[in-house]
Amino acid sequence: MSPTASSSVSRLLPWWLLFIALYQGTALAAEPPDSMGQRMQACATCHGKEGRATNSGYFPRIAGKPAGYLYNQLINFRDGRRQNATMAYLLDHMSDQYLMEIAKHFASLDLPYPPAQTTKAPAATLARGEQLVRHGDASLGVPACASCHGAAMTGVAPAMPGLLGLPHDYLLGQLGAWRTGMRRASLPDCMGEITRRLSPQDVVAVATWLSSQPVKRGLPVGSLPAQPTMECGSGFR
Amino acid sequence: MKVLRLRLAKTLAVIMVVCLGGFVCLEWIKDQEVPSIDDRPFNEALAPQVAQRGAYLVQVGNCAACHTARGGFPFAGGKGIDTSFGTVFTSNITSDKLTGIGAWSAADFWQAMHHGRSRDGRLLYPAFPYTEYTRITRDDTDAMFAYLLSVQPVQQTNRPHALKFPYNTQAALAVWRALFFSPEPFEPLKQQSDEWNRGSYLVKGLGHCQACHAPRNVFGATQSKLGLSGGLIPMQNWYAPSLSSPVEAGLQDWPMEDIMQLFKTGKTAHSSTLGPMAEVVFSSTQHLNQKDLRAIAHFLKELPRQENAKEDRKLSTTEGQQIGQSLYLNQCAQCHGDHGEGRGDYPALAGNRTVIMNSSVNLVRIILSGGFAPTTEGNPRPYGMPPFGHTLSDSEVTAVATYVRNAWGHKAGAVMPLDVQKTR
Repeated sequence: MSPTASSSVSRLLPWWLLFIALYQGTALAAEPPDSMGQRMQACATCHGKEGRATNSGYFPRIAGKPAGYLYNQLINFRDGRRQNATMAYLLDHMSDQYLMEIAKHFASLDLPYPPAQTTKAPAATLARGEQLVRHGDASLGVPACASCHGAAMTGVAPAMPGLLGLPHDYLLGQLGAWRTGMRRASLPDCMGEITRRLSPQDVVAVATWLSSQPVKRGLPVGSLPAQPTMECGSGFR
Repeated sequence: MKVLRLRLAKTLAVIMVVCLGGFVCLEWIKDQEVPSIDDRPFNEALAPQVAQRGAYLVQVGNCAACHTARGGFPFAGGKGIDTSFGTVFTSNITSDKLTGIGAWSAADFWQAMHHGRSRDGRLLYPAFPYTEYTRITRDDTDAMFAYLLSVQPVQQTNRPHALKFPYNTQAALAVWRALFFSPEPFEPLKQQSDEWNRGSYLVKGLGHCQACHAPRNVFGATQSKLGLSGGLIPMQNWYAPSLSSPVEAGLQDWPMEDIMQLFKTGKTAHSSTLGPMAEVVFSSTQHLNQKDLRAIAHFLKELPRQENAKEDRKLSTTEGQQIGQSLYLNQCAQCHGDHGEGRGDYPALAGNRTVIMNSSVNLVRIILSGGFAPTTEGNPRPYGMPPFGHTLSDSEVTAVATYVRNAWGHKAGAVMPLDVQKTR
């Protein structure tokens, strides 16, 4: 080796060391974290980063929903009480234990909500929707949504879901699916009962009002002030 | 001259049809004589112990996968199996006397498993893989039957199949059987070890691996001469890769421990199972005992090597590769690495057999549908691959699939938009 070459190597040595250190640093950073968030990346393409879907489009937010509710839904997708080919395919070969861990993971996320969506809907629709949500309609035998889902409509632990911060299309789709029996829950299936008592216009009104409400704090409350009037197969388990 | 040749051709055609018809008739007649079945007494007293072994066999055979509908009672049937001929609905095999098999004898059960005939003599559809189950021994079918008799009875009437004419007739089935089925007991090979023979018995019989991993002809019959050389699973858009070819899913070059680990946990350091094989691991192979696991691994490791003919594929273009690369770096590299080297639990794509094998069906399918490896004792919290079916267009899936098939030294040819459309 010529003296010049040798001196250029020694002159470049610190740079080489820096390069190697940086390279190794990136290689170490590249190892994926051993976390549930990382394991659940498959959910992010539809339900949004960390499960907080935007309120446009169809996919529901799952972050911050009660764990019991999320678990029941995962089981319902796997066992055919809810129909969604993608969900069924993804969950088909999962143990109940893992489904519970997934449910608890998303339930534990307390993240900001997107802005309200259908605020410019016709006043009459919003008024009818608010009436049904807050007070129900005794003449139709429909209890207030709030009587089970909580006065703030953010759900009740362990398994009653919140109804705010969801896309209008999703709410409409679900209420319609309850009505036609496409979406079911463990018996007694109270949501099936209630939605069949509602007219299509009432379904639209409820979905529109719910998606027009801004959400500041979306976490479920611990308990209801009064015993719900209808018995539900899955809401409180 | 022309007229003469035409007449000759016609005569030949008629002779051929008559010969074929004659052959089918003969075979049919042969098939009608129900062979004398050893109606040996079924020892009720031994039933509980036998049933325990039967429970294991029923699990290994994955009977529940088809005989339990989504969300339905175990073994009560009613699940629709889609085929190119229509939908076959699985039957109730619980111990219910009226609608299940509670009134059957062990000999009736053997007749179904070995001969593909129901208790009333009706020919069964080969969606029920009696073409493979025929190799199961009478001892084993008796044990399985004893277990099924212990399963809680569920009264649920079998749903009639929804098959197109003429496939909905017994005559069509008789012809099919004449051409493609004869009851065949398992014959162990003397020159092979007991372990190899046990593996062969499980793979070719109870495990019914051929039902997916063997190619099927236009009549839907598995071509058993072609062994486990890979097949497109009817109606499911998954390709069950060849177990004979080390460039597909052949295990000839794998260490025994890795093969056993894959069947036991659904995953190894360099591979994992998705789709239909994830189901097989989840419901069947993770429950295999160590001895059977080793036997299956041994048999598969020693399968004769045989490569499938290469499909003729277009080459990728430089421009296409650039589009594919930018998609890859945006959507895939975060987990699979900039150079397809893989990261942690995320498999390497460079050198990955699913990426570079002839068939691109599974590659496209995985990009579109994503998926999780099954949860097993050895891998209870699997990582997931996101489905990209609704975020990437057909041309984007085509580009990224073509890119990974031709990056990092791969030369696997292009994927066409039609390949993606067919899989959607």
